[in-house]
Amino acid sequence: MSYNLNHLEQLEAEAIFIFREAVEQFENPVILFSGGKDSITLVHLAYKAFFPAKIPFPLLHIDTGHNFPETLIFRDELAKRYGVKLDVGYVQDSINRGTAVEEKGLNPSRNTLQSITLLEKLEEGKYDAAFGGGRRDEEKARAKERFFSHRDEFGQWDPKNQRPELWNLFNGKKAPGESFRVFPISNWTEMDVWQYIKKENIALPSIYFAHDRNIVNRGGVLLAESPYNTLLPGEKYEQMHIRYRTLGCMTITGAIFSDADNLDKVIEEVAAARSTERGNRADDKRSEAAMEDRKKQGYF
Amino acid sequence: METKGYLDMDLLRFTTAGSVDDGKSTLIGRLMYDTKSIFEDQLEAIERSSEKRGDETVNLALLTDGLKAEREQGITIDVAYRYFATPKRKFIIADTPGHIQYTRNMVTGASTANLAIILIDARNGIIEQTSRHTFIASMLGIKHIVVCVNKMDLVDFSEEVFSAIKKKYQEFSSTLNLADIQYIPISALKGDNVVDASKNMDWYTGKTLLQTLESVQIISDYNFEDARFPVQRVIRPQSAQYPDFRGFAGRVEGGVFRPGDSITVLPSGLTTKISKIYNADVELQEAYSPMSVCITLENNIDISRGDMLVKSDNLPNVEQEVELMVCWMNDKKMNPTGKYLLRHTTNEAKCVVKNIAYKMNINTLEKIVDNFEVEKNDIVKITLKSAKPLFFDSYKRNRGTGSVILVDEFSNETVGAGMIV
Repeated sequence: MSYNLNHLEQLEAEAIFIFREAVEQFENPVILFSGGKDSITLVHLAYKAFFPAKIPFPLLHIDTGHNFPETLIFRDELAKRYGVKLDVGYVQDSINRGTAVEEKGLNPSRNTLQSITLLEKLEEGKYDAAFGGGRRDEEKARAKERFFSHRDEFGQWDPKNQRPELWNLFNGKKAPGESFRVFPISNWTEMDVWQYIKKENIALPSIYFAHDRNIVNRGGVLLAESPYNTLLPGEKYEQMHIRYRTLGCMTITGAIFSDADNLDKVIEEVAAARSTERGNRADDKRSEAAMEDRKKQGYF
Repeated sequence: METKGYLDMDLLRFTTAGSVDDGKSTLIGRLMYDTKSIFEDQLEAIERSSEKRGDETVNLALLTDGLKAEREQGITIDVAYRYFATPKRKFIIADTPGHIQYTRNMVTGASTANLAIILIDARNGIIEQTSRHTFIASMLGIKHIVVCVNKMDLVDFSEEVFSAIKKKYQEFSSTLNLADIQYIPISALKGDNVVDASKNMDWYTGKTLLQTLESVQIISDYNFEDARFPVQRVIRPQSAQYPDFRGFAGRVEGGVFRPGDSITVLPSGLTTKISKIYNADVELQEAYSPMSVCITLENNIDISRGDMLVKSDNLPNVEQEVELMVCWMNDKKMNPTGKYLLRHTTNEAKCVVKNIAYKMNINTLEKIVDNFEVEKNDIVKITLKSAKPLFFDSYKRNRGTGSVILVDEFSNETVGAGMIV
């Protein structure tokens, strides 16, 4: 018999099923849009899930104020292209309100503060489900994440008390004030995402491809020149040929040396990579359980 | 990993059963390590952790023990999913703990698996846990079992030991209706017959574990006979471009649908024909499991979520009372006359427990008929009455239309997993 779907077709079918299921089970879902390749893929899958109707929920972007400018331009164009509403939460607003406090030190990261702004925005928008591009292969705490991940009324994740998930049957029942995070691409790997982007011809921000940029090498992490990065004594920027494997704040996202200036070359490079894509994320390195702790507090 | 041919890979989901002592985490670590699926920074991280814990060698088990509590206690407490790929296949591992109190986790991991690896410690042979895991795998309808007799290095790679375990397993599993069982002698710690063929067991001429995982035929595991399409969502753009479009979105849960097919809508019983089948803007000539598609019909019939489209010449069972095997998942005991919320395909209905036939002792496979206290991790046969008719096939015939979950109406938790008999 030839009734066979390859792995990308199966993963796509699963993600589309999850999108449709969540829209039926929740009242007011939203896509958490980080601007990275995973959330761009997510928007594409949502588009396919509801075609020819428009995507029936908005995008929510938490703006740390430390973004790559290319990401913001791309975000606005993408929202326009898909005809989807864009809701933006600013970490700066939380800082101004006093609900978030800027880290001390010369190069403060706003990465942990994102969770605060996110929870504030979810509450303000009365969003009861937030789609995220999290993948189980990314990090060990995410390996145990559910497709429908229950959050208590404080937005917290309790890894020891997760609902079992069986077959294609998803349980989105909740009490008032509680919410869910929904992860349609849970079962995808980094390679799957890149292959799918190629198969579907999905547009990406330019910084995923090799380009020249002013970079400082800080303890092995290649940080881009930006107004949010203060050079330490003895450091200086140098032009390097780099690209990004993941996207986060400019203050913590390390570049990699690369000549991969098109999708085929990026895929080749990912296949040959000897370290994980979060390997150059300074935020995961703070402690062994850094991601687990952040997730419990409401991080993506 | 080569990129060539990557787009033609298929997907195998498997579950691993066994406890920490059987070397389950080591086996998964070995599979990932030898297929070069572990990255340098992950390896460095577990090297650091191993050193901190005082382990003598790099502890591959740490790769799969994700959460803080697990690393501290050295046990796996929940289902974790792992990924690796070879040029032939992408693999999804549902890694579940094997302790008796974690039956529910094994059931969860097994519910989506094509294949189960049953680990046996060569020194101990078949133990209670082996029969428990095998029973769960058979109850969950896993079509392929790979029995890995592990720690062969500790029994001098003895063929006699392996053959004796194999014979005993064949005897006890013969009652369980398992079609495809394969046996492999391995050492997860040393790597024998996991990815590379063993140099210590030239008496074994079969496939290594990875070769087995890469070659097992899984296409025929899907049901291509009984066409079932639970409607998940009605898509009505009501836009200028598509003013009259009315499509039914869902996932095919059996059989093959084609444009022009005569279909019946349940529960209304109304009939019509399929007009078109879409994946987004692409028109398809056929749709089968596990595709997510959008179907348009020739007639304008009132259809909503929870309805099912089926081929008119092959109808499912339509009943309000169903018999099921249920695995209880919750700390709170089952209320023997209680009301629960039932989820079946895209349908949701209130239901009540009508009868408990027996409880299964999954270690001895004996039926218990004098104790109907249903606690977490128990497996029972019950009858449920639903507030509205369900459209179903037996679980054995079709996983998608034969499975249900039970939800507690007060806590909203998923408390039971059921397979329709």
